[in-house]
Amino acid sequence: MKNALVNLENITKSFDGQMILDELNLYIRENEFLTLLGPSGCGKTTTLRILGGFEKPDKGRVVFEGKDITNLPPNKRNLNTVFQKYALFTHMSIAENIAFGLKIKNKSKAYIDDKIKYALKLVNLDGFENRMPDSLSGGQQQRIAIARAIVNEPKLLLLDEPLGALDLKLRQDMQYELIRLKNELGITFIYVTHDQEEALTMSDTIVVMNQGYIQQIGSPERIYNEPENAFVADFIGDSNIIGATMVRDRLVEILGARFACVDEGFGENKPVDVVIRPEDVELVAPSDGTIQGVVTHLIFKGVHYEMEVTANGYEWLVHSTRMHEVGTPVGIKVDPFNIQIMNKPESEDEEAVGVNE
Amino acid sequence: MIRNITRKIYICLIFIFLYAPIVTLMVLSFNASKTRSKWGGFTLKWYKSLFENEAIIQALINTLAIAFLSALIATVIGTIACISMQSMKKRNRTILMGVVNIPMLNAEIVTGISLMLLFISLGIKFGFLTVLLAHITFNIPYVILSVMPRMKQLNPSTYEAALDLGASHLKAFFKVVFPDIFPGILSGFVMAFTMSLDDFIITHFTKGPGIHTLSTKIYTEVKKGIKPEMYALSTIIFVSVLALLILVNYTPKKKEK
Amino acid sequence: MNKKLLSAPFLFWSALFIIIPLCMVFYYGFTDKDGAFTLSNIMAIATPEHSKAFFEAVKLSLLSTVICFFLAYPLAMILANLKGKRSSLIALIFILPMWMNFLLRTLAWQTLLEKTGVINSILGFLGLPALNIINTPGAIVLGMVYNFLPFMVLPIYNVLCKIDVNVLNAARDLGANEAQAFLKVTLPLSVPGIISGITMVFVPALTTFVISTILGGSKILLIGNVIEQEFTQTGNWHLGSGLSIVLMMFIIFNMVISAITDKEGDTNAL
Repeated sequence: MKNALVNLENITKSFDGQMILDELNLYIRENEFLTLLGPSGCGKTTTLRILGGFEKPDKGRVVFEGKDITNLPPNKRNLNTVFQKYALFTHMSIAENIAFGLKIKNKSKAYIDDKIKYALKLVNLDGFENRMPDSLSGGQQQRIAIARAIVNEPKLLLLDEPLGALDLKLRQDMQYELIRLKNELGITFIYVTHDQEEALTMSDTIVVMNQGYIQQIGSPERIYNEPENAFVADFIGDSNIIGATMVRDRLVEILGARFACVDEGFGENKPVDVVIRPEDVELVAPSDGTIQGVVTHLIFKGVHYEMEVTANGYEWLVHSTRMHEVGTPVGIKVDPFNIQIMNKPESEDEEAVGVNE
Repeated sequence: MIRNITRKIYICLIFIFLYAPIVTLMVLSFNASKTRSKWGGFTLKWYKSLFENEAIIQALINTLAIAFLSALIATVIGTIACISMQSMKKRNRTILMGVVNIPMLNAEIVTGISLMLLFISLGIKFGFLTVLLAHITFNIPYVILSVMPRMKQLNPSTYEAALDLGASHLKAFFKVVFPDIFPGILSGFVMAFTMSLDDFIITHFTKGPGIHTLSTKIYTEVKKGIKPEMYALSTIIFVSVLALLILVNYTPKKKEK
Repeated sequence: MNKKLLSAPFLFWSALFIIIPLCMVFYYGFTDKDGAFTLSNIMAIATPEHSKAFFEAVKLSLLSTVICFFLAYPLAMILANLKGKRSSLIALIFILPMWMNFLLRTLAWQTLLEKTGVINSILGFLGLPALNIINTPGAIVLGMVYNFLPFMVLPIYNVLCKIDVNVLNAARDLGANEAQAFLKVTLPLSVPGIISGITMVFVPALTTFVISTILGGSKILLIGNVIEQEFTQTGNWHLGSGLSIVLMMFIIFNMVISAITDKEGDTNAL
C-alpha cells in the first residue's frame, strides 16, 4: 500500500436499514485509472460519494494522502467530481461555470482567464466562454463539467457515470478523450460505471462490485480472462458458466467429460464452477471433440457467428468466424488455458477473496 | 443536531401562526358567551341553533352549489383547453397561456369589477348565475395549471399506439390519455372547488342583493357582530375536510408504483 | 376530430369573461358619465386622499411581501429538504386553512389581537408588555402576511425541489462552503420561484380591502377600499375603473421590472 493516494478502510454504510457497503477496503494508487464497476445498487456510487464527502460512512475511515478526511466537508477536499448528468450551473455562462471554484479560492482574474482558456482548449471547446449550458449538447456539457473540475488542479478526479447520458458513438469518442485527458493531466481518476466495455477500455484497474461487496480487483485483462467467481464472469462479457467437478489438479470433469486445464490447488473431487468464454469454445469434427453436440441456434453478428450448441444437456454459447448450420453435429474442444476454474460461492452474497495484482 | 432542532422549532412556529386563528374559531364555537372577547363557559347550543338558522343554511347551500358547479364546469373547459393546446403552435400556445394567467395574476378586485361591469351591460340579473359565471372564470386557470404539467409529461406515442391498435380518437383518449392526466384533473377540480369556496372579493362584486354565500354573509355580519353559529358551521366544515384528508392519506394505498 | 375546435369553449369563455370585461374597465376608466373621453379618472389618483390610500397600500403590501419572503424562504428550504417523503402532505397543510373561511380566519386575529385578547393574556402571563396593534397598520400587515404566506412558500418550495442536488454538491465540490453554495447557486436558481411568490403576495396585498376593513378598523383606507366604495357605495364606476387602471398599470410595471430581472422568466409555480 505504499504510494497509495487514497485508502478506504472498513467503510460501512446503510440507508434506511439497508446495507449498501459492508466493511469495504480499497486503496487507490497515485496516477491510476481505477473503475468501480457493477450493476445498479452495488454500492459503487455510494463509494464515490463517500470519497467526495457527500456521504459520511457509518463506520470506517477515508484516508487521503495520509490524512483522515472522513469528516471533512466536500469543499475542503483536494479532489473534484464530475457528476452524473453534469450538474452544470444553468444560471451561469460556461466561463462562469469553469471559474466557480477558482473565484472561491480568490485567484486573480488573469489567472482565472488563463485557466478558462486552457481548460476549454483541453476539452476541445475553445471559444465557448460566453455560451450558456442549456445551449450545449450533452457531449459538450460533459466536457464543460470535466473542465470545471480540472481547473482546480485536484489530485483526484471522481467521475460518476459521466458518459451514461450520451449515445453510443459519442460515448466511444469520449472514452478516448478521457484517457488522453488523464495522461495529459497526470492525475488519478476514479470512474464509476455499470458498462463493462467502458471499464475494460479505459481502466488500469477494475473493481467489480456487487451488493456492497468487492467481487474482484484486477487489471482489465485479468478480470476478463480470470474471473474469480460466477458473478464476475457473468457480468463481464458473455460466458458459459458450468457447474463442474475438479477431479484432481489440472483435470476437471465438465458435464461428464474430462477436460485438461491448468489450475491447481482446488483439492480432489471438489465441486467448482468453470468459465469458458464463447470465443474460446472450438467447434471441430465430432470425433475430434471432447464432447459431442448439435448446433441449435445460429445468428450472424457481423464480426462473428453466434451459435448455441446443445451438448450433454447444456447449451453452449459459441462465437466463431466459421459457420455451422443448425442441425450440424459438432465436437467441442477447449484449450486448457481457456478453462477458468472458480470456487463455488457458499452463499449468494459471499465476498470474494480480495486479490491484489 | 442543533440545526435539526432549530428547523423543527421554526416549522412549529409557522404552524402555530397558520393554525392559531383556526383553533381560536373552533374554541369560539363552543363559547356560551355571545361576544368574542369573553369566555362564557362551554356550550353546544350554537351547533343546535345552526340548523335552525335558515339564512346560514341557505348561504351554505349556495356556497357548495356554486363551488361544485363552477369547479365541475371549469374542469371540463380547462381540460379540453389543455388537450387543444397540446397540438397548437408554440406561439399560439404562449398567447393562450398568457390569457390563462390574467385572472391568476390580476388583482381580484379588478376581475370582480370587470365582471360586474360586463354583467351590467349585458343586462344579466345579478344572482346565482352571475356568481357562478364569475367563479367558473377564475377557476379555469387553476384547472389548466394543474392539468398542463401532466399533459406535458404524457408520452404522445401512447395515444398513437392506441390509434395504431385500432382505437378511435375518442376511445384512445378515454382509454389512454385520460387515465394518465386524471390525477391532474382531480387536483385541478379540488383546487378550483377550494378557491371557489374561499372566495369573497369576486363574489362580493358579482352577487345580487338577494343571494348570499358564506363569505358575503360573514362580511355583512362583520360590523354587526358575527353570529356564533358561523363559528360552529366553519368548525364542522374544517373538521370534516380534515377527517377526509386523514382518511385519504392513511388508507393503505391500493398499489405501490 | 379537429383539435382546433376543442379550444373553442375556452377561447369563447376567455374572450367573453376575461378580455371583454377588462376592455370595459378601460372604457369606463377613460370616459365620464356622458361617455366622453377623459383622463380625469386616471388623474384622480393624484388627489391627496387617493394618493394617500395608494401609498399606504403600497407601503403595507411591500412590507408584508418582504416579511413573507423572509419567513417563507427558510421554511421552503426546510420543506424541500424533506424531499418526497411528506411533500404532498406539506402542500396540504398550507392549503387546508383555506377551508376555514378567509374572512373568519382574519376575524379570528381580531380576537387574538384585542387589548384583552388571547395574545395579550399570554404576554401578560409571561410578564411581557401588551401588544396594541389592533386597528393599526401593524395589524393589517399581520393579516396580509397571515393570508398570503402560503402563496410565497409554495412557489419557492416548488423551485427548490426541482434543483438537482448534484448542482449543490458540485458547488461544494468546487470549494464553496455552505453559505457560498447558497448565495451563488441555490438563491440565483430559485429566483423564478421568488418572483412568482412576490407577485402572488404583493398583488392581493396591494389590492385588498377586506383585511384593512377587518383588522384596521375603519380608520385606515387602502386603495382597495377606495375602489370598492366607488363601486358599491358611491356608485361612481368611472372613477373606480380609472383607479383600477392605475392599480393594474402599477402591477404590470412591477411585473415587467421583475421579468427583466429574471432573464429566464418562464416559470409558473403553483
